[in-house]
Amino acid sequence: MITKRIIACLDVHGGRVVKGVQFVDLIDAGDPATQAARHAREGADEIVLLDITATHEGRQTLLDTVRRTARELFVPFAVGGGIRTADDAAQVFEAGADKVSVNSAALADPTLIDAIGRSFGAQAVVVAIDARRDPEAADPVRDAQVFVQGGRKPAGRRVVEWAREAEQRGAGEILLTSMNCDGTRTGFDCELTAAVSEAVNIPVIASGGAGTVEHFVDVFGRGKADAALAASIFHFGVSSARSLKEELAKAGVSVRLPC
Amino acid sequence: MRVTVIDYKAGNLTSVLKALRHLGAEAVVTDGDLTLVEAAERIVLPGVGHFAATERLDATGLTPAIRAAIARGVPFLGICVGMQWLYAGSSEAPLQPGLAHFAEQCTRFSESNEKVPHVGWNSLEVRKGTRLLAGVELGEYVYFTHSYKAPVTADTVAVTHYIEPFAAAVERGNVMGVQFHPEKSGATGLKILRNFLEVR
Repeated sequence: MITKRIIACLDVHGGRVVKGVQFVDLIDAGDPATQAARHAREGADEIVLLDITATHEGRQTLLDTVRRTARELFVPFAVGGGIRTADDAAQVFEAGADKVSVNSAALADPTLIDAIGRSFGAQAVVVAIDARRDPEAADPVRDAQVFVQGGRKPAGRRVVEWAREAEQRGAGEILLTSMNCDGTRTGFDCELTAAVSEAVNIPVIASGGAGTVEHFVDVFGRGKADAALAASIFHFGVSSARSLKEELAKAGVSVRLPC
Repeated sequence: MRVTVIDYKAGNLTSVLKALRHLGAEAVVTDGDLTLVEAAERIVLPGVGHFAATERLDATGLTPAIRAAIARGVPFLGICVGMQWLYAGSSEAPLQPGLAHFAEQCTRFSESNEKVPHVGWNSLEVRKGTRLLAGVELGEYVYFTHSYKAPVTADTVAVTHYIEPFAAAVERGNVMGVQFHPEKSGATGLKILRNFLEVR
């Protein structure tokens, strides 16, 4: 039986894992290679490394980090942050990533999705969408807007429509982050996740808002998510993917166990 | 242990090479140097992406070279599209023939309420008499990402269920294939690759 994936996410800045709320007050949370290996050992089904440096000077640091992290990692490994061209993606694949995650660059030029998919296959392209509901909108789910620049600037696209276009262009997965829920630990945006998951035929990874095991049960059920990103819940030894999955199994969610 | 890894420009080889080297294999890559196939001790044909990409194997002369190596008894492992290529063909690219080592055709998952592609960790029902999956227990999980699959036949050595039962692994003599990605399947995947490297 296919299982729901628990994906460990590492935010990386200048070659170090960092933790903070909305990218401020960053705390050093260790070495990416060490952290990724630990998450894999502790049962994470996949690792995502998001580079929040995203500067030109940071590129070489990122590639070194990806290379070191990939070396001893034998679960799927996705890398995002600052990938603007198919050449950028090629370098990240060469360094050992299995998937790249593209966000604002794909919004600026949607053919980037086609280009990476053509060369590396759809399974290698994750389109990350930062979504924000408009409380004034007639239908807050249907009219949820895509945001760029860490959720500061509207991209002028509706979330569900952009997800559908990304799929048509050859995206293999959608990583949907709710800006409303991110950092709140009050639960995922299950309504929006379900709307996107029903609109596309590719997996949807839910992100933003996780605080308890119940939130994951909810997003895999009502939210129809295929995978969920766990970031802060894992940091500083709060919990492991294994213990999270053991709790999910008790709640009737199909997960990879033992792991 | 020396392994010839075939590059037919369908996706990224880094992960497969990394896993083989992690297990102590000396992996060499060829995208058309037939001498590396003629002298091969073992051959791995990876592959993600479209079945049509296997056309390059024909264009470069790799297809007859691989066929001859298989006939000599060289252990062969096809991964994902590399496994599908062992069959007569795939409905993904009806005009592109496969190796036809196995007579059947690969087809797309049937229409259903489930998503296609099948992406994620799914469990194996391992059958008896497989060297490739020796030591893999019933229900161990491996990582899949694909929309097309091979049917369950007498040569199937592991079955996985998604929409319908399909061949997760195939094996006849020295010729083996896995629909999943052993290089991305944690300890179970490494065990399978190690088995392949130790097949005589």
